[in-house]
Amino acid sequence: MSEDAVLECLHIELVNYVLSDKGVKGSENDLSDLEYIGFTTGYRIIERLTREWPRFKDELETLKFVCTDFWSAIYKKQIDNLRTNHQGVYVLQDNAFRSLMRISSGAQYLEHAPKYVAFTCGLIRGSLLNLGINSTVTAEVQAMPSCKFHIQVNRT
Amino acid sequence: MSRQGSRLDSKKVSSELLTLTYGALVSQMLRDFENVDDVNKQLERVGYNMGMRLIEDYLSRTNSLRCHDMKDTADKIQQAFRMYLNTQPTISNWATTGDEFSLIFETNPLAEFVELPSDAGNLRYSGILCGCIRGALEMVQLEVQSWFVQDHLKGDANTEIRVKFIRRLEDAIPAGED
Repeated sequence: MSEDAVLECLHIELVNYVLSDKGVKGSENDLSDLEYIGFTTGYRIIERLTREWPRFKDELETLKFVCTDFWSAIYKKQIDNLRTNHQGVYVLQDNAFRSLMRISSGAQYLEHAPKYVAFTCGLIRGSLLNLGINSTVTAEVQAMPSCKFHIQVNRT
Repeated sequence: MSRQGSRLDSKKVSSELLTLTYGALVSQMLRDFENVDDVNKQLERVGYNMGMRLIEDYLSRTNSLRCHDMKDTADKIQQAFRMYLNTQPTISNWATTGDEFSLIFETNPLAEFVELPSDAGNLRYSGILCGCIRGALEMVQLEVQSWFVQDHLKGDANTEIRVKFIRRLEDAIPAGED
C-alpha cells in the first residue's frame, strides 16, 4: 500500500533527524529521543485503536492483542513468537521485522540495527502504558531481519 | 462482548500512525530548537529528503512519463497526494503565465488531531509537504518553489500550497568529460 511507503520514508528521516547533530546536543548514539517519539505515538494511537474494544482480561490477553491485531495493523503481519515466564517478562519475536526488511540481511549493517528498532520499542512501551501496564522494552537483533522485543513489566 | 468483527482497519491505522508520528516529530523538534524558524527549516529538509525517495516509488507505481508542462505536473502532484495521503487537493489559481498554481486542501491528514498553541504562530506545521514537492520534482529535473499561502491551523478557510516553477534543471556533465 502506498501510504506505507510514506510511513517508511518518514521513519527513515526520523532516525536521520534524531541522530544528526542538531547543534543542541551532539548525540551520536543516543536513541532515547527516538524511543520517546515512539512512546508518545504509541500512547496516543492505542487510545484510538482500542476505543471500541472490551476491556482486556489480564496482562497476557493485552500482550496477545499487541502481538496479533496491533502488530498486523501496523506491520502487516503478526508477531511470530510470544514467550513469557509468567512473571512479567515477555519476549516478542518478529522474524521479518518491517523496518529491517530493506536492509541487507548479512552481518554488514548489524551495528546499525538498533537505530531502526528504537522507535518500535517506544511504540510498544507507550501502548502498554496506556493499557495499564508499566514496562521497560528493549530490543535485540541477532540476525537481520529478525528482531526480539523484550518486555519487562515493572511491578509496584 | 464478542471480539469477532472488530478487527482493526489497517489502512486507517496506517494513516493515523503517520499523523501521530509526524506530530511527535514536530514536538520533538520544538523541544530541540528554541527558534520556530529553525523548526520550519528542519521540516522542509525532512520533507525534501522524503520527496526524493517517494518520487521513485511514485514513478514505479504509475509508469508516468516526463511532464510536458506545469499543467501536467500539477495533475500528477494531485494524483500523488491521493495515493500517499488519501486526500485530493484541488488545483486552482493559475498564474496567467502558467508557471504557478495552488493546491487547495479541504482536509489535511497531517494536521488531523492538531491544534496550534498561540505562541507557535510562525510554525508551518505541515511544512514537510512543501519540502516533499520540491524534493520530488527536483529528481525529475524541475526546480520549483513551494510555500503555504493559507493554513487551516491558523484559522484560514483552507490549506493552500503555492507551487512556482523556477527552471528546468539540465543534466550535469559527469566529471572527467567535456
